[in-house]
Amino acid sequence: MILRLVWENIRFRPMRTLLSVLLIGVPVMLILTLVGVSHGFMEDSHRRMQGVGADIFVWPPGHSFTGGSSAPLPEKSVDFLAKVPHVAQAEGVVQMLAGKLPWDTVTGIDYPIFKQMSGGFNFIEGNESDVFRQPDDLVVDTEFASEQHVHRGGKVKLLNRTWNVAAVVESGKMAHAFAQIAVLQQLDNAVGRVSQVNLKLDNPANVPLVLNELKQTPALDGYDIHSEKEVVDLTSADSIPAISVFVHVIEGIGVFTGLIVVSLSMYMAVLQRTREIGILKSLGATKAFVMKLILWEAGAMGVGGTIAGIALSFVSQAVLKQFVPESLPQAIVPIWWPIVLGIALGSALLGAVYPSMIAVRQDPIEALAYE
Amino acid sequence: MSSPGAPGISPGISPIIHVRDLRKVYKTGKVSVEALRGVNLDVPKGEFLSIVGPSGSGKSTLFHIVGGLTPPTSGEVVVGGMDVGKVSDAKRTELRRTSVSFVFQKFNLLPNLTARDNVRTALYIAGRPMDHIEDELRNVLQLLGIEGRLDHRPAEMSGGEQQRVAIARALATRPAILLADEPTGNLDSTNSLAVLNLLRDLNQRLGQTILMITHNTEAAAFGHRTVHMRDGQIVEAPA
Repeated sequence: MILRLVWENIRFRPMRTLLSVLLIGVPVMLILTLVGVSHGFMEDSHRRMQGVGADIFVWPPGHSFTGGSSAPLPEKSVDFLAKVPHVAQAEGVVQMLAGKLPWDTVTGIDYPIFKQMSGGFNFIEGNESDVFRQPDDLVVDTEFASEQHVHRGGKVKLLNRTWNVAAVVESGKMAHAFAQIAVLQQLDNAVGRVSQVNLKLDNPANVPLVLNELKQTPALDGYDIHSEKEVVDLTSADSIPAISVFVHVIEGIGVFTGLIVVSLSMYMAVLQRTREIGILKSLGATKAFVMKLILWEAGAMGVGGTIAGIALSFVSQAVLKQFVPESLPQAIVPIWWPIVLGIALGSALLGAVYPSMIAVRQDPIEALAYE
Repeated sequence: MSSPGAPGISPGISPIIHVRDLRKVYKTGKVSVEALRGVNLDVPKGEFLSIVGPSGSGKSTLFHIVGGLTPPTSGEVVVGGMDVGKVSDAKRTELRRTSVSFVFQKFNLLPNLTARDNVRTALYIAGRPMDHIEDELRNVLQLLGIEGRLDHRPAEMSGGEQQRVAIARALATRPAILLADEPTGNLDSTNSLAVLNLLRDLNQRLGQTILMITHNTEAAAFGHRTVHMRDGQIVEAPA
């Protein structure tokens, strides 16, 4: 019966309910979008990392997974690593930061070696014969092409240079944009050097063995050497302090906004329902009953706001996918749904405490006389 | 039980409402208003008592104290065996839940609920087991002739229908005492007559104890007896 009362109260003032639910839903959506974008970045990064086809990655000392890259590794280290037992193939690549974001890089590759390790590109526009015929040729993936609105034969300005889009390929192979390794080495004043070395082993089962071997090699002391699985773990959203702090800040804003919204909404509801509360008290409703009624209603708004926020996060995902698929890939992270439900419910219930106390303290005679 | 100055009960009959030297003072800032100045009243079980008096005579205050909505400032008010002046707010709430029901001039139905749910809410608050509620609901609504309006909200009903639903809600919990505050005050003469006949019928058929406040002496005549109030006191109370 109490749920029916709550439901009828919610239904009776649909506009107030709708506005409250939306106002709770917006911070929920913000939290989910932010978490989704951070996860989206990582999922995109992992997918592309897996697309390299390597089992082990070697970076120079001081490398940061999110800080862009330059090319401090001598190219001869590629030959050195290729001779390590069980290493079937070694590939040196150059990465240059090209955009506003750390993971927005142009990667320099030697296409035949790249193809051998990764299986090559899946061409959407153009074909293999178009790849890197000229120094200014750039191969971009579909996300890059969509966000920059370019097609094969189009021009792109990157790294203070105008590039010719030689082909558009399926996304998921290391980077969004590729150039010839020699061209990037020149641009980076790093001729004869590479940013990272990708190693493919004769058998993935040998990864621990080779990792151990490499880490004990004095010449590689201080190098970042990780298996593909370790890289995925190291670059999870939770492992990046800045993102984690930012998510907590947005969570705080979400709790605060939800609390204020629900408090205001329920305060208004209690004022609007002064007479109704008086009626309930005249029927013998206890303080606990009245408080329960207000808190249930606030809780229902919290749940409604969470559902609205989740729905809105799908909308934000669609919008970001439409306009900035490369810069802001947003994942849907269902594991966060119970968390935002907890945040929305907590703030809604907290926000309803004061209004419910006002309702409980109302004098029934004054409440019944309220117009 | 009855004593001099406590009208309304024959010697040897235990009253369901027993009021002695009841005083109520309302304080607003530094101003004190004495709403009741030593009221004495006994009401036997099964009586239909009308209370008449001008505005400000204290009849609503008496009604609120007897109904447990507010405590007295001093005096003795025993309702169904409970001295409402000596018990906690929670106990007075229990009195409203179990022994006393109200019918108001403005009906005071919950506007967002249907007639059925208004009555169900009262039954739920009274702690009636839900599996018996439908039977009780049907009985009461049949008695009042409003089965056909069960699924209508107050805004979809006439004043007379709303008041009958309010009476149904009040009776559904089978209270020992029904307190009706100007129950015909917002009704036209036809509906007023219907409601008054209904109250008298309930009293005669079910033995329901009823206290009815009214300005209208014709309405008051539907009760067994009428007490008159003025300036916070009972000024005329036929035995």
